[in-house]
Amino acid sequence: MASPSGGPGARRGPDGAASRRPASPKRTLGERLRGRQNVNLWFWVFVGPFVIGLIIFVYVPIVWSLYLSFFESYNTVTPTKFVGFGNYADMLADPAFRQSLVTFVVFAAVIVPVTFVLSLTVALLVARTTVMQAFFRSVFFLPTACSYVVASLIWKMSIFSGIRSGLANAVLGWFGIDSIPWLSLTEPPWYWLVIVTARLWLQIGFYMILFLAGIQRISPNLYEAAAIDGAEGWKVFRHITFPQLRATSTAVLLLLMINAFQAFDEFYNILSTFGTYPPYARPPLVYLYYTALGSGQDFGHGSAGAVILTLIIAIVALTQGRLLRLGRRDD
Amino acid sequence: MEQNVFRSQLNRRSLFALGGAVAVTGALAACGGNTGRETATGGGTSGGGGGSKVTLNQWYHQYGETGTQQAVERYAAAYPKATVKVSWKPGDYDQSTAASLLTDAGPDVFEYGNGPTIDMIKGGQVLDLTDAFGDAKSDFNASVLKRVTYQDKIWAIPQVIDMQLLVYRKSMLEKAGVKPPETIDDLIAAAKKLTTSDVKGLFVGNDGGGGLLGGPMLWSAGLDYLTDDNQFGFDDPRAVTALGKLRELWQSKSILLGAPKDWFDASALTSGLTAMQFTGLWTFPDIKKGLGDDFGVMAWPKLDADGKDSVPVGAYGACVSAKSQHVDEAKAFAKWLWVDQTADQLDFATAYGFHIPSRTSLIPKAATLATGQAADAAKLATDVGHAQSPLLWTPKCNTAFGDMMSRIVKDGADPKAEIAKVKTVVDAELKRVLA
Repeated sequence: MASPSGGPGARRGPDGAASRRPASPKRTLGERLRGRQNVNLWFWVFVGPFVIGLIIFVYVPIVWSLYLSFFESYNTVTPTKFVGFGNYADMLADPAFRQSLVTFVVFAAVIVPVTFVLSLTVALLVARTTVMQAFFRSVFFLPTACSYVVASLIWKMSIFSGIRSGLANAVLGWFGIDSIPWLSLTEPPWYWLVIVTARLWLQIGFYMILFLAGIQRISPNLYEAAAIDGAEGWKVFRHITFPQLRATSTAVLLLLMINAFQAFDEFYNILSTFGTYPPYARPPLVYLYYTALGSGQDFGHGSAGAVILTLIIAIVALTQGRLLRLGRRDD
Repeated sequence: MEQNVFRSQLNRRSLFALGGAVAVTGALAACGGNTGRETATGGGTSGGGGGSKVTLNQWYHQYGETGTQQAVERYAAAYPKATVKVSWKPGDYDQSTAASLLTDAGPDVFEYGNGPTIDMIKGGQVLDLTDAFGDAKSDFNASVLKRVTYQDKIWAIPQVIDMQLLVYRKSMLEKAGVKPPETIDDLIAAAKKLTTSDVKGLFVGNDGGGGLLGGPMLWSAGLDYLTDDNQFGFDDPRAVTALGKLRELWQSKSILLGAPKDWFDASALTSGLTAMQFTGLWTFPDIKKGLGDDFGVMAWPKLDADGKDSVPVGAYGACVSAKSQHVDEAKAFAKWLWVDQTADQLDFATAYGFHIPSRTSLIPKAATLATGQAADAAKLATDVGHAQSPLLWTPKCNTAFGDMMSRIVKDGADPKAEIAKVKTVVDAELKRVLA
C-alpha cells in the first residue's frame, strides 16, 4: 500500500536506492528484458510452463467455444455456417434447458444453506471439543478425499438401492415399512434425498475446515471480554463468533454456489442409466453433456448453453460478492 | 562418490532451470506426440504393390468378454495386404471416437454402435461402403442393414447382432398358473399374478421401462418412430393407448424397481427378485448358469390383434473414416474382415460373448444358437427384429423421446400431449438433417 504522505516519488523501500541510480547506458535490450539478476527470466522459467498449459487447455478452448456458439457445428469444430445468435435463441427457447436451470435453482436453494449450517455447526462442535479434537477433525474431513463417482455408486447401489436388502430399506424394514425404490419414484421425489445426502457427506468436511480456520483466528480476548459482560452460549455466537466469521462465511457461500452450479458427477452417476438420463433432476451441465458430447456432438448449441451458464454464474457471483461485500476488510 | 560428482555438476539453480526446460518440452511433446497413429512409412501410396505395406488403425470399444481382444488382434494379424494395428479403447468409446474423428489422429477403421450417426454421414466423416457388400448384401440381417443405410448407400458393415427380449422363469409361471402372455394386457395380468411379497412379476429396468420399452410399445401397436418416408411415426391414438399401458404397469405395483443391477444384467432374474425380465441376449450365459433350463424366451408381445410382436436388435458396425490416409486399403480391410471372413465372424459372435452373427447364413453354423432358448432367440431376431431406433432419429430426438417416456410412465402425464411435444422436436430435427 502506498503511504498516504506522498505520491510515487516519495516511495521508499529496499529498491529505492536502485531506482534513483541513473540507468546504465551499457545495458543491452536483452539485459533489460531479463531484469535485475535475471528476475524476469526466472519468473518465466517458473511461471511459463503453467501459463502455456493454461493457455492451451483453458483459454483456447474457452475462446473456441465462444466462436463455436455462433455457428451451426454438428460433428465439427471448424464450422462454416454462421448463425449469429441463433443457437442462443434455440437454447433459451428449449424447455429442457430452461427446466435444467430451474432444477439448479431448486438444488442450490437446498444445498447451499444446508451445507452452510451443517458445516458451521460441525466446526463449532469440533472447535469446542477438548478431547480427541484432531481425531474428530480428520473423521469429518475424510469424506472430502473420496471420489464423487465412488460415493455416488455406493449411495445408488448399496445404501439407496430399491430392494429390501438396501441399507435404507433394511432400516425401514425394522419398523415394518415397505421398501421404497428411492431412485425410481418421482412422486414423492426421493431421488433428491439420495443426491443431497451424497453431496452433504462429501463436502461438509471441507467447509468445516474453512470455518475451523476462521474460528481459530478469532481473538480469545473477545470471548474473555464477553464472559466478563456475562454473555454466554447463543449470545456469544450471535454477537462474536458469527460476525467475526464474515469473511469466511462469504467465501464459503460463494464456493458453495459455484460448486452447486457445477453439479455433474453425483447427478450423472446416480441417475443416468445406460446412456439415458431422466427429465427430472437434470442440472444444466448434465443436459449440455448430452447435447454436445456423447453421440450428440452438437457443439454449436452446447457452446451457446455453456456461455449462457457462464454468464449466469458470473452475474450471481458478482451480485453475491457485492451484497456480502466480498474482499473488503472486516470492520 | 558418483552422487557427489553429480550433485556438484547440477547445483540447485541449474537443476530448476533444467526442470523448467523439461516441463516446457514435455508440454510441447504432449501436444504433438503420441496420437496412436503410426507415422506413414513407404510414402503411403495406394495399391500396396510396393515392398512396404501401409499401416491401418482399427478401433474397438472394450468388450467385456475375455478373449475378444486377442481374437480381433489375431484377425488383424492375419490380413495379408496391410499392417493392422488394433486399439482397444476402454471408457466412453462413443464420445472419444466421435471427438477423434474431428482430428487427424483418429482411426482408419472403427466400430460404432448401430453404425455412424446421421450427422457423421452428412458431415462427410465416414465413407460409403456399399461396394464392399456385393452379392452378400441380402445375407445380412435386414433390419440392421436398413439402420446403416442412408440414401441407398450403406455406411457400415454390421459386425455382430445383439438383441433384447423377454425372459421368464418357467417354474414360476407354472406355479402361478400363468401362460406366456400373448398380448400386452395378458402381460400386465401375468405380472400382477406373479407378484408376491418377495418376488415381483416383471422387471423392465429401474425406470419402469421408460428407457427400454418406448420402441417395443410403438411396434406392438404396429407403429414406429418414423414412417418409411421419414415422417413422424406415432402421432396416432394407438400410440397413446400403447404408451398408457406402461403407466398402467407402473401403477400395478407388479414391476421391480430399484434393483442393484439394472435390466442389462441377469442377476434380478437369477436371484429371484422377478419372474420375468426384459434383458439382453448377452446375459444368456449368466441365466443358464443361474437357472439351468428353467427359463423361456419370447418377444415383447403385441398390443392387440392388430399389433405385432417385436424385439429390438442392434449391431456394432464397422465404419471407415474419411480422414484416413489410406482410404482404399481401409475399405478393403473392412470388407475382408466383416464380409469375406465368415469363419472369423462366426468366431467373434459365438466364441467369447453371446451374440448373433450378422450374416443370416452363419446362424445355423453357430453351435451356441443351434438348440433351445438360444435358437428361439436367434429366430426372433431374424423374424421380428426392429433396429433400436432409425438412422434419422438423432440424439436430440432420443432425449426428447426419453423425457416423454419418463413423464408418461412415472408422472402419469397425458401421452397425447407428450407425443405432441416430441413431434415438435422431431419435425425440426428431420427438417435439419434432410435439408
